[in-house]
Order: sequence, then C-alpha cells, then structure tokens
Amino acid sequence: MADTTDIKKGFKMLLDGAPYSVVESQFVKPGKGQAFVRTRLKNMISGNVIERTFKSGEKIDKAECEEREMQYLYPEGDDYVFMDTQTYDQMRISGEFLGDNAYYLLDNTNVDVMLFEGRPIGITPPTFVNLEVIETEPGFKGDTSGNTTKSAKLSTGLMVQVPLFVEQGETLKIDTRTGEYVERVKG
Amino acid sequence: MSVTPRYPIEIARRLRPPAPAKVAGRVVTTDAARVLLRDVTGELWVEVAAGATPPTPGVWLVAEGTFDGSALIDATCRFANVPRVPFPRPGGEWLWFQGGRLERLKKRATMVRALREHFDRCAFLEVETPAMVPSPGLDLHLDAFPIAGAEPARWLITSPEYQMKRILAGGAPRIYQICRAFRRGEVGERHEPEFTMLEWYRAFAGPDEVMRDTEHAAAHAAQAVLGGSTVIPARTAPVDLAPPWDRITVAEAFARYANIDVEALLASGPPEEAEETFFRVLALQVEPQLGRFRPVFVTDWPASMASLAQLDPRNPKVAQRFEAYVDGVELCNGFGELIDPVEQRTRLERDQAARAAKSLPVYPIDEGFLGALEEGLPPCAGNALGVDRLVMLTLGAASIEDVVAIPSRRL
Repeated sequence: MADTTDIKKGFKMLLDGAPYSVVESQFVKPGKGQAFVRTRLKNMISGNVIERTFKSGEKIDKAECEEREMQYLYPEGDDYVFMDTQTYDQMRISGEFLGDNAYYLLDNTNVDVMLFEGRPIGITPPTFVNLEVIETEPGFKGDTSGNTTKSAKLSTGLMVQVPLFVEQGETLKIDTRTGEYVERVKG
Repeated sequence: MSVTPRYPIEIARRLRPPAPAKVAGRVVTTDAARVLLRDVTGELWVEVAAGATPPTPGVWLVAEGTFDGSALIDATCRFANVPRVPFPRPGGEWLWFQGGRLERLKKRATMVRALREHFDRCAFLEVETPAMVPSPGLDLHLDAFPIAGAEPARWLITSPEYQMKRILAGGAPRIYQICRAFRRGEVGERHEPEFTMLEWYRAFAGPDEVMRDTEHAAAHAAQAVLGGSTVIPARTAPVDLAPPWDRITVAEAFARYANIDVEALLASGPPEEAEETFFRVLALQVEPQLGRFRPVFVTDWPASMASLAQLDPRNPKVAQRFEAYVDGVELCNGFGELIDPVEQRTRLERDQAARAAKSLPVYPIDEGFLGALEEGLPPCAGNALGVDRLVMLTLGAASIEDVVAIPSRRL
C-alpha cells in the first residue's frame, strides 16, 4: 500500500484494475484546509490520459510493474518475439502493444519491456536508432539548408520527413521519442 | 623593485584607461590565452601574460594587470583555489546558483528589506519568538514536526501566533516578525516544508486595517524590485498590487466561481464530509480564479474554519477571517483575533477532539498562550503572509523552489 506522498512523475499506480503512470502531479492546499494531490495519469495499456484528484494522505495501490531488458529476435505473425537478456526466457509481445515502436525493432536490438503482473504491456526502444532509407525521391545536392523536406521510407517501414539532400541507401539516425530524423550516419 | 599600485576593478572601470587593476573571481570559460572571469561586478576577460600557466575553468583566480577599457591585459595570476572535480560539476552548486537564481535571491533580499522598512515606518516593533514550542497549534489540517529528544516535548512552529499574542498581552501594540514556519507534508509548486512567514499584529484594529497593511506592504516590496511599478508578472497574467485590493466574501466567491450556495453545502450531510467538499471546490474550482489582474481579499469564512478568530458580531455564522489571493495563489491568512480566553479554550479542546477523531497527533493546549488571553489582550487583528509566495509572484517564478536558495528537495 502506498499513499499520496508517493505520487510523483513516473509513479505507477493501480486504478480500477489498470496500471497508470503519473504524468503530472500538483500539491494543492487551500489556506488551513484539506490538502489534495491533483494528477494527470496515463493508462499504461491504452495510453489514455485522465485527471484524478486525491485527498492528501489517501491510500493508493501501487501498480506492480517491472521493466526488463530484452533482445528483439524476430517477428511471428502479428507478434514479436523477445528474449530476456538475463534469464534467456523468450516472450511474445502482440503488435498492438508496440504501436509505432515496432518501427524501431532491428534484429538483436535491446529494448526495455514493461511488464504488468508478468504480462508485457509496452516497450521502450533505445532513444536513437539507425535505419536505412529504402525509398525516397532523388536528392538535390545543392540544397543543404534543410529548410525544405521530403518523405523517406526506411527499412522498417517508418516514414519520416528528411532534408532534400538525403539519398536512397543512406543510413539515418532517428529519435524514437519523436519519430523524427536527426542526422545522416556516415559509413 | 617598484610595485605598481593596483586599483580594484570596480574603481579601475571608472578611470581613464589604461589603468593598473586587480580582480578576483572564478574562471567561467577559457579561450586560448584569455579567460572569462566572473567577479562581484560581473564578467571580465583576462589576458594572461605570456609564459604564465593559463588557468582552467573553475579556478578561483586573483589577477593583476592593466585594464584597457574592456579587458584586463598582460595579467599575472594567482590560483586561490582549484576544484577537485571537472568544472562545472553536473548538478553542482555553480550551475544551480548561476542560472538566474542568485539574481532572484538578490531581489528577494531587497523585498524582505522593503517589508521591514514598511513595518518599521508604521511604528511596528520587530520581534523574534521561539521556533521550538510546547504546542504547534491545533488546526485540523496542519501537521507539525516533533523535535526528537526535547524534554519537555517540543514542536517546530507552524506559525508564531501564540507567542506573538503573548507579546501583545505584554504591552506591545504593534509587532511584526519575519521567521521560518514549518509544516509537515507540504511540498509542491507553492509549498515548502519550511517557509518564510511575515506575521504581524495591530492592537485596536480590525481586519480592515490589517488588510490595508497587507496591500501597502506587498505593493511597497514589489516596487522595490520593479523600479517603482506595482504590476507583477504573477503566474498566468500580470496583476497590479496597487491598493486598494478587491474584497469578496467566501459565499460570493463560491456563488460566482462554482455556482454553489456555500451555506447549503456546509449544511448538507455530516460536517466532516461537507467540509471536505468545501475544500475540494475551493481548491479546484474557486481558488484558481481568485485575484486575476487584481488581488482580492476573501472574507467572512465559515465560523468552524477559524479557531483563533473572532466571530462576526453581525453574523455569527462567519468569522473575521480573511485571505488574500493573487492570480490563484493564496498569499496570506489573517484574523480579527479572538481575545476571549474561555471561548478560546473551548475551541482548542474542540480542535483536539477533532484531531483525535481523525487519528492525527493531538498536540497540547498552550497554557502560556491561554494565560496571556486571561491576563488580557488588546482588541487586535493580525495577518500571516507567505514571503516566498510574494517573491515568487513578483518575479514571475513558476515555483517556490525558484526563489529559495536551497529547497528541501535539494538538501
């Protein structure tokens, strides 16, 4: 059992059977009155964000979530197969929990898998991944200003906006938090 | 060998260059043979004389050379101290204080001086009372820090109220204090477990006079750091602190901002639940809308929520309690003070029972305080104002942590 003093950004709690992560919290207390903790909570399965206000001191259930490092092995139907890097146990994760993160899975990439009551509910890929451009319009060598962009399709199927000078076959560094192009990778 | 007289840099800056000068400070960055030094007057480039060891960032340096109007050139350097870790240390003190915090602390000091100036000018006596007391107050929603090992039992004050009222009984008709108050479990954007409180009492006065004190003191403090202006940036939109501030009763505020009849609300259901609803509506719906563009005093609080205040003689359902709000932030809490010792003891006993019923620590009744009431207090009113919050709003800071040197979370 936890209480409202444990609430801070990133704290994981159980509400109506679902795990929620604290996005934002604010301690509010009117003059000499009852204190409250105002929160914005993200449902860790659906991704929905809700607002909830707790009475200060109220008991809350901690969500038993665990993050484990796993290596991505291969896709299998709509699922993706991972291996726990410590126990070598294999785990199948449904594509629906991965969302856009599936675009960042390269063979043998290590990711953090979030488990809720032993079941996988999502993954955190490395912050940056390098992906190859498999399709884009020909580049314009002269334009290096980077002010205009074009679309490029990357090896995992991810579509990104890139500067005009990017060529097919080049490798790009992508920020997995935003899904955006960062820079070209030499070699 | 002759020794050239060297002028301190603040004087050399006022002389016709070139001037022999001396400067002491910390090296911020380096660029070839030049180092950028931060000293009491600001920043200055120092060109190290040929052949000397150039200092690295973080070194506390004493440099002597020639001030050419923009930089100190041909300087000989003495290393006064050298950091033992790479500079600047991530999360270290230099980065913590240099990001604008020292500037804010200077303004804070100026504001505190202006507050003192205001009360001194109005013939208030500045007092200091103990921080460790036999009873920290019995408010249902204030928790105190007990002092381990104290014999007899002591707590840190949640406000200096009891002790200041003893001074009133002792014959000082106008007193003020700027001290630390300590409240357990309060930490957030607008709360620190220890914070600076300005508390004052005025004899032969009621809430109106003390509200006027509040307006003038706050406006004067803001003017001291805003070049004479009373318009502060606050949080969401600027607020003009120029007196007079608006007045609204609790009932009016609930009706206007939450469309709720507060009397009906408090009469609905068990008192404890009704009060919780009251505070929920107050904190989430009413407060955020109070004091936008102009500060507002919220007056006439329900009688049950002001244990140390006098009831309104015209309407005993409400107490002579007021709070000022600036852009949704509560700035102070004041009372027309209760001076009847019998009524006061009854209320404190009732507060003790309420705390016991909620399984909260029950603090003793402060007999020194009640003794003072029995001996007789002049009729008076008083107020307690959160200095950190006033500074925060005046400087447009987002959090109380931005206007204190070292917040509790950084200890």
